[in-house]
Amino acid sequence: METIILFAPLVGAIICGFGWKFIGEKAAMWTATGLLFLAAFLSWIAFLTFDGVTEQIQILRWIESGTLSTDWAIRMDRMTAIMLIVVTTVSSLVHLYSFGYMDHDPQWRDGEVYKPRFFAYLSFFTFAMLMLVTADNLVQMFFGWEGVGVASYLLIGFYYRKPSANAAAMKAFIVNRVGDFGFALGIFGLFFLVDSINFDDVFAAAPTLAETTVSFLWTDWNAAELIAFLLFIGAMGKSAQLILHTWLPDAMEGPTPVSALIHAATMVTAGVFLVCRMSPIMEFAPMATGFITVLGATTAFFAATVGLVQTDIKRVIAYSTCSQLGYMFVAAGVGVYSVAMFHLLTHAFFKAMLFLGAGSVIHAMHHEQDMMNYGNLRKKIPYTFGAMMIGTLAITGVGIPLTGWIGFAGFASKDAVIESAYVGTDGGYAFWLLVIAALFTSFYSWRLMFLTFYGEARGDKHTHDHAHESPKVMLIPLGVLAVGSVLAGAIWYGSFFGKTNEVIKFFGGKYGEPTHELVEAVAERSPKASKLHYVMESKPGEAAIYIAPENTVLHEAHYVPTWVKLSPFVAMIIGLATAYWFYIVNPALPRQLAEQQRPLYLFLKNKWYFDELYDVIFVKPAIGIGRFLWRRGDGNVIDGSINGVAMGIIPAITRLAGRAQSGFIFTYAFWMVVGIAALVTWMSIGGGAH
Amino acid sequence: MSVFAFYLFAICVIAGGFFTVVSRNPVHSVLWLILAFLSSAGLFVLLGAEFVAMLLVIVYVGAVAVLFLFVVMMLDVDFAELKAEMARYMPLALLIGLVILMQFVMAFGVWEASHVAEEMRAQVTPVDRHNTEALGLILYDQYFLLFQLSGLILLVAMIGAIVLTLRHRTSVKRQDVLAQMYRDPAKAMELRDVKPGQGL
Amino acid sequence: MIQADLNVILPEIMLAVYAMAALLVAVYTGKDKLAPMLVWLTAAGMVIIAAIVGLSGDGTNVAFGGMFVDDAFSRFAKVTILLSAAAVLVMSQDYMTRRGLLRFEYPILVALASVGMMMMVSAGDLMALYMGLELQSLALYVVASLRRDSAKSTEAGLKYFVLGALSSGLLLYGASLVYGYSGTTLFSGIIQAAQHGEVSLGMLFGLIFVISGLAFKVSAVPFHMWTPDVYEGSPTPVTAFFATAPKMAAMGLFARVAHDAFGGIVADWSQVIALLSLLSMFLGAVAAIGQTNIKRLMAYSSIAHMGYALMGLAAGTAFGVQALLVYMVIYVTMNVGTFAFILMMEKDGQPVTDIRSLGMYSKREPGRALAMLVLLFSLAGVPPMLGFFGKLYVLRAAYDAGLAWLAIAGVVASVIGAFYYLRIVYYMYFGDDESEALDQGSGTPVLWGFLMASAAVMVLGIINMFGVEGAAAAAAAVLVN
Repeated sequence: METIILFAPLVGAIICGFGWKFIGEKAAMWTATGLLFLAAFLSWIAFLTFDGVTEQIQILRWIESGTLSTDWAIRMDRMTAIMLIVVTTVSSLVHLYSFGYMDHDPQWRDGEVYKPRFFAYLSFFTFAMLMLVTADNLVQMFFGWEGVGVASYLLIGFYYRKPSANAAAMKAFIVNRVGDFGFALGIFGLFFLVDSINFDDVFAAAPTLAETTVSFLWTDWNAAELIAFLLFIGAMGKSAQLILHTWLPDAMEGPTPVSALIHAATMVTAGVFLVCRMSPIMEFAPMATGFITVLGATTAFFAATVGLVQTDIKRVIAYSTCSQLGYMFVAAGVGVYSVAMFHLLTHAFFKAMLFLGAGSVIHAMHHEQDMMNYGNLRKKIPYTFGAMMIGTLAITGVGIPLTGWIGFAGFASKDAVIESAYVGTDGGYAFWLLVIAALFTSFYSWRLMFLTFYGEARGDKHTHDHAHESPKVMLIPLGVLAVGSVLAGAIWYGSFFGKTNEVIKFFGGKYGEPTHELVEAVAERSPKASKLHYVMESKPGEAAIYIAPENTVLHEAHYVPTWVKLSPFVAMIIGLATAYWFYIVNPALPRQLAEQQRPLYLFLKNKWYFDELYDVIFVKPAIGIGRFLWRRGDGNVIDGSINGVAMGIIPAITRLAGRAQSGFIFTYAFWMVVGIAALVTWMSIGGGAH
Repeated sequence: MSVFAFYLFAICVIAGGFFTVVSRNPVHSVLWLILAFLSSAGLFVLLGAEFVAMLLVIVYVGAVAVLFLFVVMMLDVDFAELKAEMARYMPLALLIGLVILMQFVMAFGVWEASHVAEEMRAQVTPVDRHNTEALGLILYDQYFLLFQLSGLILLVAMIGAIVLTLRHRTSVKRQDVLAQMYRDPAKAMELRDVKPGQGL
Repeated sequence: MIQADLNVILPEIMLAVYAMAALLVAVYTGKDKLAPMLVWLTAAGMVIIAAIVGLSGDGTNVAFGGMFVDDAFSRFAKVTILLSAAAVLVMSQDYMTRRGLLRFEYPILVALASVGMMMMVSAGDLMALYMGLELQSLALYVVASLRRDSAKSTEAGLKYFVLGALSSGLLLYGASLVYGYSGTTLFSGIIQAAQHGEVSLGMLFGLIFVISGLAFKVSAVPFHMWTPDVYEGSPTPVTAFFATAPKMAAMGLFARVAHDAFGGIVADWSQVIALLSLLSMFLGAVAAIGQTNIKRLMAYSSIAHMGYALMGLAAGTAFGVQALLVYMVIYVTMNVGTFAFILMMEKDGQPVTDIRSLGMYSKREPGRALAMLVLLFSLAGVPPMLGFFGKLYVLRAAYDAGLAWLAIAGVVASVIGAFYYLRIVYYMYFGDDESEALDQGSGTPVLWGFLMASAAVMVLGIINMFGVEGAAAAAAAVLVN
């Protein structure tokens, strides 16, 4: 069954991409979509019937080279099962949605066939993503990792007539290379240290790694720290964390379904998946996870601030994605991998829906993306409005405070992240940044809603008059995702963030009694959480995630002070209130504020000047060096010497050889004698070999 | 005495070879070549190889050198022109000749044979047989294979000469003896009465 | 005793007796009218003898006091020689007939030349070596000037003859020096006399002269000058013959002399041969660039290929000899196909040798152009083709023997050489579609078959080289120990 799930999208991509000429455009698209729905259906069966025990399904023997021995196999465990449903569900819905969205795209001329290509890319992406999440070893994962990179490149640059789309595609690809370099180094390092790249071997060796020291870049490192850090660099690139985040907003140049599938729900969460998958190593690398926490929190804060002032509807959601990914990394960084996966799951539903909803709005507004030209659309497109409202409620985390789970999907998971962050950092930096980010999230999400659906209609009147509700194929996916956005948190709260033993069982591990010292240590640290009953007993790699016995964050997070539990809710209310005041009560206020605080406004508007900074630090010097190497190095030295040899020296020798070939016998005899004289002289001077 | 004879013949061989190359007149060259051949024959006699010496005189002097003379006199080759062309290369040729000469002086100056050479060397003059018989024994016994092969080589040379020179000219009138013998006198001549202005 | 000896050289006797009998029969009966039949008969005879040699031979047999050696090495070489000679003979029949060149002596001379070549690779003595060499050479001189009405053909034969005589002189002089040093002409005696560290300069000079004489036969630089002129001047089938069987024979002889006679002083000749190899590879690659006549081009190509083959010999190891043999077999196969193509190049029934006439050949004859493309890629050593593996073999042999510099030079030379092979491909696929195009559908099915078969071998051979590797390894193991 898992094999069918994995290969159905590939088959779909091949049939759709190459076969549409034979079976027709419509049939090809329906084939790809149908296979995806099949995969999604099977994934849900696999997820719901999964018993938590890790199993490996070998597909073929892959690499045999020296000590490197690798199968191509599916690693079926809870992590894979979660990712399977996320990927296939969102992907199949996006396929369906694309029937409506991609129809009559103004980027293409009449008669041009582009839809089968789009569907083939989508299916190919899904296959690569499934490769990534089902990987049983690091190289297979890297294969999927690069596969989604390629698919992402192709889809961002799908509108290849738009120079900005091409530039964005290249930017995404190149920035990801930086991260991939770290990932690749991490794989090399693991192979160097463990002599294997299979997850089982790597995880089993994790405790040893923690006691090994390696030398890298002239410094001695703890092996586990170094590997964890390098792998996280890979995750940073793919998941658009700070420093390597610049590609994600630009990636919005791609068609909106692509943004929903790749740049919100699935591919960008691959980094989070990687960190959680490598939890056995992360657990032995406290410094690296500390770094992950700080960077994740900073990204969450940074992206939220930028989101406050953007006016392009897709960019707002893109920065929101960036910010939410930061939340997930904080959860993984403080050691609650289940919570990171929880937020990943819920986020996939509501963010995909927000994007698809935004796509529906854009579709309604004839590909107008600036929110400043929206307004008062809730009557025109009521279903889209409803879906967007559910999404906003989910992302801002609306629910009944202190119950923990009664609320929209985002409520359960985001509060879990914030509470864990409080425990994991002792109420420090990461916690506060996340709370502030929650406020900003609430603000910009409601700002989006108010600007789009309330107030006066702005912008081109003609466009507003012709605004229309999207077709059914676009609304059905919205409806399905809405269900997920409402219920996902409440249903799986217990499995991801419930009692420690429940969570361990859910992820296929064994739990046991904690040691006496540990119980005392926890009781001393937080008196309320003294009732520690269970810790994980499985060895690293036996369960889908590994939680070291000393890691009691999951347990303690349930016993944080009440004000901590309330803080995200309060932040949400403040955000909502501020947005309401700014955009409904007093719409002139934002402009005034922007003028008063002009430097701050520009700072945010220009995304903290990251792009400009990179332009100065990397791009310009790189262009300079490239130009130098091209003109001088390539043009003069390499081309010059090769052309010189090829066009100057060799023809000269050819002419010489031609002239020696005079046609006279005595010339020939002469050369023979010269040859023998030279050989004889050489022999007598060199004295033979001795 | 034999030492004196050896040096006489040796000097004659070298001188003959040298003047063969440098003579202006090609006929003179051939004559110098004959001197070289004869002197070599003398050297063979000194070694006790009379049969080979006689072969040299008969085959090389009697046949080959005479053939050369015919060729030189029958072919119209402008040797002066060839020489002029060669003169351009002369300095370089001299240099190379000198180099090779020096190399050989070096090599022969310190000539030493392998220490196992003495055992392996064939008996030069069998004590109980005369020259011709010994040669025959070796040729037809030990070197049987090589003898047959040289026969094949000569066959190829013969075929080659024929292939490259023989021409069947259809236009050439040949004498057909049989036809002549069976000629019928009665049919040799026929009388016809030719009317004026009509022909046959 | 003589009975046993004759048994050992039975294949040679059969071929020689056949040649003489055929000569007698042809002279007394139909003369040139019999020639086409004789061609087929001779080719069939060669194939049969090749089968006898290849299948029935076993172990190492020495005859005539060590002058003749029949071992795995000689059998390997003989099978290659006989099969390639038979192939070329069959290919030449139509071409020669239509141009009135097919004399009945032609197949007989080729058969006798083959006898000489078989003697060469079996030689165990300097004199036997010379006899075989002369038998082969003399026959070749004659067939080179077979088109006696053409000044070029006559000139080719004459040049080949005069320079060949010079090279024979060098060889004989070297042989006499070697004899003077070792006291014997038998290889088995020379190898005892010439052991490393004790040879005198005179012996080394002898070695050099012998190498020079042999280098002339394989047309290694600087003893190569005859090659382009002779290749161009000779009738094309004869050129094809020159490029195949005699090259194999001379290489086999070279390897045999080097290892059987001078196996004790490998380091001495290895460096000389390495130098010859280097010069040949580069001159072959560079000088061919200026050629537009495909026959001259193939001459330089064969010079370059001989350089690569010599690289295997220069390694001085058993693996090197194996590489040499494998390379030669591949080379011969490629050349048979390539010359089959050249023989089919005709315009209005007349042979054409200018490569520019191949403009857009692929449009008119896609099948042939593709086969030729495969062969040219293989000649250039482009990876998926068999020619690449041949090169890889010798490069590895040289590298393993510590001649990394030679291997690197070989790679550079092959890059330069690729230019002129690919230029032909360029003409065939992208050239001008001029009006003076070649005839379509020219040539016989035989030529077409050889072209296609040769190209197919270049592609399919990469699977296991048809087992040649194993035979070559066995042959090399006998020679080098």
